[in-house]
Amino acid sequence: MDPAYSVIIFTSSSGAGYGLLIWLALARLTGAWEIGPVAAVVACLVALALVTTGLLSSTFHLGHPERAWRAMTQWRSSWLSREGVFAVLVYPAALVFTAGWIWDAVSPALMMAAALATLVLSLITVYCTSMIYASLKTIPRWSNGFVPPVYLIFALASGGLLFAVLLGAAGAADMSAMVLLLVVLLAAWLIKWYYWRFIDEQKVESDPGTATGLGHLGKVTQLEAPHTSENYLLKEMGFQVARRHATKLRRYALLLGMVVPAVLLIVAGNLAGAAQIATLIAALLIGLGGVIVERWLFFAEARHLVTLFYGRTV
Amino acid sequence: MALLKQERINPSPVVADEVKNTTCYMCACRCGIRVYLRNGQVRYIEGNPDHPVNRGVLCGKGSSGIMQHLSPARLSNPLKRVGPRGSGEFEEISWEEALDLATKWLGDCRKTDPRRLAFFTGRDQSQSVTALWATKFGTPNHAAHGGFCSVNMAAAGLYTIGGSFWEFGEPDWERTRYFMMFGVAEDHDSNPIKTGLGHLKGRENTKFVSINPVRTGYSAIADEWVGIRPGTDGLFVMALIHELFKAQKIDLDFLVRYTNAPWLVRVEPGHPENGLFLRDADGNPLAWDREAGAPVNALLPDITPELAGLVETPEGVKARPAFEIMANRYLEPRYSADEVAETTGVPAATIRRIAAELAHAAFEQEIELDVEWTDWAGRKHDKMIGRPVSMHAMRGISAHSNGFHTCRAIHLLQMLLGSVDCPGGFRYKPPFPRPCPPGPKPTGKPDQVKPDTPMPGPPLGFTLGPEDLLVDEDGAPCRIDKGFSWEHPLSAHGLMHMAIPNAWAADPYPVDTLFMYMANMAWNSSMNTKGTMEMLTDIDEDTGEYRIPHIIYSDAYASEMTSYSDLVLPDTTYLERWDCISLLDRPISSAHGPADSIRQPVVKPDRNVRPFQDVLIDLGARLGLPGFVKDDGSPLYPGGYADYIVNHERMPGIGPLAGWRGEDGETFGRGAPNPKQLEKYIENGSFWHYQLPDSQQYYKHANRDYLEFAVHMGFIPKAEQIVMQVYSEPMQKFRLAAEGHGEHQPPEHLRERVRTYFDPLPIWYTPIEETQVEHKEYPIHAITQRPMAMYHSWGSQNAWLRQIHGFNRLCMHRDLAAEVGVSDDDWVYVESHNGRIKCQVKTMTGCERNTVWTWNAIGKRRGAWNLDPDAAEGEKGFLLNHLISELLPQGSGGRRMSNSDPVTGQAAWFDLRVKITRAEAGDGRSEPQFEPLKPVPGIVSKPKDLRFGEQFLPEGSWRRKNS
Amino acid sequence: MTMLPKTTKKKLGLVTDLDICVGCHACAVNCKEWNTGGHSAPLTDLNAYGKDPNGVWFNRVHVYETDDGENTRTVNFPRSCLHCETPDCVTVCPTGASYKREEDGIVLVDAEKCIGCKLCSWACPYGAREYDEDDGIMKKCTLCIDRIYNENIPEAEREPACVITCPARARHFGDLGDPESDISKLVEKRGGFALMPETGYQPVNRYLPPRPRKVDVGDTGAPAQLEPAEEAKSSSAFFNWLDKALSR
Repeated sequence: MDPAYSVIIFTSSSGAGYGLLIWLALARLTGAWEIGPVAAVVACLVALALVTTGLLSSTFHLGHPERAWRAMTQWRSSWLSREGVFAVLVYPAALVFTAGWIWDAVSPALMMAAALATLVLSLITVYCTSMIYASLKTIPRWSNGFVPPVYLIFALASGGLLFAVLLGAAGAADMSAMVLLLVVLLAAWLIKWYYWRFIDEQKVESDPGTATGLGHLGKVTQLEAPHTSENYLLKEMGFQVARRHATKLRRYALLLGMVVPAVLLIVAGNLAGAAQIATLIAALLIGLGGVIVERWLFFAEARHLVTLFYGRTV
Repeated sequence: MALLKQERINPSPVVADEVKNTTCYMCACRCGIRVYLRNGQVRYIEGNPDHPVNRGVLCGKGSSGIMQHLSPARLSNPLKRVGPRGSGEFEEISWEEALDLATKWLGDCRKTDPRRLAFFTGRDQSQSVTALWATKFGTPNHAAHGGFCSVNMAAAGLYTIGGSFWEFGEPDWERTRYFMMFGVAEDHDSNPIKTGLGHLKGRENTKFVSINPVRTGYSAIADEWVGIRPGTDGLFVMALIHELFKAQKIDLDFLVRYTNAPWLVRVEPGHPENGLFLRDADGNPLAWDREAGAPVNALLPDITPELAGLVETPEGVKARPAFEIMANRYLEPRYSADEVAETTGVPAATIRRIAAELAHAAFEQEIELDVEWTDWAGRKHDKMIGRPVSMHAMRGISAHSNGFHTCRAIHLLQMLLGSVDCPGGFRYKPPFPRPCPPGPKPTGKPDQVKPDTPMPGPPLGFTLGPEDLLVDEDGAPCRIDKGFSWEHPLSAHGLMHMAIPNAWAADPYPVDTLFMYMANMAWNSSMNTKGTMEMLTDIDEDTGEYRIPHIIYSDAYASEMTSYSDLVLPDTTYLERWDCISLLDRPISSAHGPADSIRQPVVKPDRNVRPFQDVLIDLGARLGLPGFVKDDGSPLYPGGYADYIVNHERMPGIGPLAGWRGEDGETFGRGAPNPKQLEKYIENGSFWHYQLPDSQQYYKHANRDYLEFAVHMGFIPKAEQIVMQVYSEPMQKFRLAAEGHGEHQPPEHLRERVRTYFDPLPIWYTPIEETQVEHKEYPIHAITQRPMAMYHSWGSQNAWLRQIHGFNRLCMHRDLAAEVGVSDDDWVYVESHNGRIKCQVKTMTGCERNTVWTWNAIGKRRGAWNLDPDAAEGEKGFLLNHLISELLPQGSGGRRMSNSDPVTGQAAWFDLRVKITRAEAGDGRSEPQFEPLKPVPGIVSKPKDLRFGEQFLPEGSWRRKNS
Repeated sequence: MTMLPKTTKKKLGLVTDLDICVGCHACAVNCKEWNTGGHSAPLTDLNAYGKDPNGVWFNRVHVYETDDGENTRTVNFPRSCLHCETPDCVTVCPTGASYKREEDGIVLVDAEKCIGCKLCSWACPYGAREYDEDDGIMKKCTLCIDRIYNENIPEAEREPACVITCPARARHFGDLGDPESDISKLVEKRGGFALMPETGYQPVNRYLPPRPRKVDVGDTGAPAQLEPAEEAKSSSAFFNWLDKALSR
């Protein structure tokens, strides 16, 4: 699949945003971390900005963004529609939740409810996003049980790196918090690692023989494509990344997304003040770089069944 | 909420304000089309369900006619060259100026020596008017493109069975049981063949065999694909004949009745008439009658001729029936399956099996139709007996230098199986069959060409012997293309591919003006394309002028050739013109009966262009050509081509169109011109078709009622049986001349050549180029195929078709690719004795192991056809033409012969041999590359993105962006 | 409405006969010319006369080779929307633009509702969805919805353009939901199959498989080879077979 910037930014940015909202909601609900209200509001706004950036980015690839409202209407059948609905529902909850940190009009009970709603709706929204992909039977590398957990935990992991910066700013980035975030981060990449192993070994039932129904005549190869230049289908769904290149990128993703941030989190746990914040910002930026590489691979490595008609394998 | 409601679709939108019927011109098939017009624009083109050619279907080319009509390569104004030839620098001029200039150049030629005009037309479908014009002009230097296309098939067929393959005959699609197709391209009779194959394949017990080095298109759906080595089909067919003879599976009744197999051939080696037929005092051929024990007129009915045995006439002349000579020839062991297997690449067992299958289909599955008919002698028959084996052949046979004989071999096989124009067999399409060969003879001998005088007959025709050749006293050619000379005595269609090289070399003489129509000679229609471009721009040092001083060219589009012309006469598109698809020319008849059709202007041109035929008729009048002016010198056809179509009479009562003749349109075939004829055609869907009665559907060569009908129609001069020619006497006449007999003998350097190739029975020989290049050096055959969705060079300007074939690759068997060390999309050099090209590879399995092929005419010169200079056609597309020389590598006696069939002059495109080596991708461009052509002035502007069709959306639709 | 109808009254669809398709692209081009001025107008061609032209086409014709180790074949293969009974291309649509008609099963896109998110094209394994970048909406085969019911067209011609134009008559149109229809009987008789049944979308369209080739000894009833006639063994006796009197 074409690793378009719009979808990479959409999924990674909104994922990080929802992840941060979830951590903030957890912070409020559990009271586990001392974060000042102003910092919390800033963090909420950052999270909403990321979510909004992601959602806006996803509209960039629409042919008719002005009709985007219509995407809310088919929640009964479409995961994309559901995602749209929940993405919208997150906003009122998150706004109340944001305001509640500093605005007394929001009662503690309402604030708790808003935090809970933000947490649940964010999780659901990320789940819906993942299901947009996981529901596509046409793309075996997406249509599997790994994709929703990967999306959810990556939201938590990338949101966690943001949250770490917030903790640092609030002076609450102690080693226990760092270890918790580290565990989430490692878990995310562990699942991702299993996902990669899964898609590498995945056996797909469909091949050019089943696609054309000519398999009984032997191995099917394409002699001539319908047209000599690439069409929409091939540009959109025929993207190919060489195996060797992909392996290299996976290593970069692991290095940037997991190894470096993990080390930096531990280092940060031993630091304080500006040095700690700087370290956590570095962890965040490098970590998000890893997530973007991971997301690029998620699209680039996905093979669509339609390419079978062009003589490829999936 | 209204916004969320399901859309309401109008199931019955208005699709046309008007529907006009006309004839397609997207290839040579000439289907009937219905053009839907909406707000004066072409909305849709579909097949005409009533039309005899296509019965409502329409191929990809025909369906893309709108894009041809709207091509951005359309010319808009007459152009006069102002820069160097080939520079593309032109100025737009008025028609008056253009016609004055043309009249001056042409008039100067005619006044001095009409041969100084060479007038050749390409994919023209009005050859009867262009030939008439050339005749009246007085130049023998005229032909259409048949010489580089189909003449082997036409000549072999017409000299043998009085009809031919290509689009002039067809298998009995409804009844055939065994169909063999040899090297068929897909641009003639293309829709009838597709429909026929679809029909045939649905029947049990019917088999379709394709003999073709490449398994694409039709061959893909064949029951059996015989991936033969190019140029060896003749040997394969002779091996089949060998098997049939050996097993005596021969239709002797057919041979005796319908062919010259029983005719007595003089066998007295060394005698000036050795090998000719014995004839009586009236010129009738003789056969040996078994009952009478004496020679009798072989044309008489009810004789019982012997087919074998040496006989001696009362005059003491020794002779044998042609049959025996033929049988002995093909029983020779060199034609056995085992012997030919290696050369043809077809396993001996396959050859034997196919021979057995042919015999089985022909003789064990005989068809009987309960249809009464009367033979030429007036004898009634209550049944029509059919041998359901049919054959079809095209370019794979014709484009070799042994194609004439190969095609004759196929016809021989048909005759031996008794399957010519019988139920289930190959069928003639009227006006065929015609006598073998038909008249007239070619015109253009030295005494037939005079200044300001028409020639006494048409330039092209059929030679019967050396006396008919167009040569001077020394045996040198009279025509610029050396047609009908000793080099190519039976060149019934001329040799358009030699016109430019010979004119450039002033061999046999220089010309002043080259006048061409619709022929892309500066690119894909020439052999040795680069050399041709150089010839067109070469300057004679003595005169400082171009060696070919004037080039007038008419075409609707800015092709590569346009840039090499001095005067460009812009033609219309096919939807803007009158045309007739005439029985005098290349008819659209089916085996069921004769048919012809017209094109009518369905839209008016929006540019300053004129139909070529109108211009030609106008020029004829300006030049005062007889037949184009009245006695008072005023134009005979002031109404242009439409006027000519209606009012021209070739013979009294016979004109370009056969339908609705007579003053009131009450008759057909023969009758006075009908002023309302075109209206009648339009009323009838722009075609006329006559369904022959059942009793005339078969045996047309010997069917009295049909033959009488054919005389009425002007197809044949006399209602006499058309006797097929197993043994060709005209061939033997040329051979005798080469052996030193007679008044007209070939020049010494051609004597051996004529003796070798003029065998009265079909022979097979290695294609000539193959014998002249080192096989180790050039081990691979290289040929082209024609894509079904593209016709010649025209398709690339077509926004839809160019998406299907935007560039071509060199296709080869995967084993060969492995040997060369390449795989898909790698680059290779392909080298022949004439040059080298670079192109990309595609591997496959459906290809003869040592043959490479590519799609024909996809590669374009950058900048031509108003395509962007970086279009794939120019960047990656390529032509094999650069590798093919118009001359053979070696000469005989210091002369290099043209790369053509030595009998007919047919261009031998497919004799090419090459070597292939791996190349680096480099800049990713094919080679050779030439400077991009500049856009010529006045070509229509083109959109970057095409939104054709939005104008037909309802007013106010947001999808109507530009209109 | 992107919920699928539980059943459709008809299952209109196409049947393509791979045994006789010669790969001429007539279906593709005629479809293009009909539809570019019809319901889905225009079928935009980007860069029409430049490098890499890229247009909207509802039919595309592939050519395949098959190889079982011994025999290889070439098969021409037109591809278009299969109007599946349970297609995800409809259900994934977030706007309701994509829908399957209850009355005849045709899958359509409402050009006024489509936001151009392209998800339907991702959900279709058959490549039936064609995105028109210039219009910003998805387009697709409509089974010539503006032909098949069109009262301005003679009744016999109310068929999709690809069917009516096919020179080999390799395409058929009809109600595949009615077992008694001609087209259903044809599918039954010829062993028509669906593409990629494993995806579970239940295509309505069917393909008829290439027939077995009559290429082996005996397939036409003929022997492996002709037996030479007795006389053929001696050249002197060979012409004895001509002894029967033959009359002209």
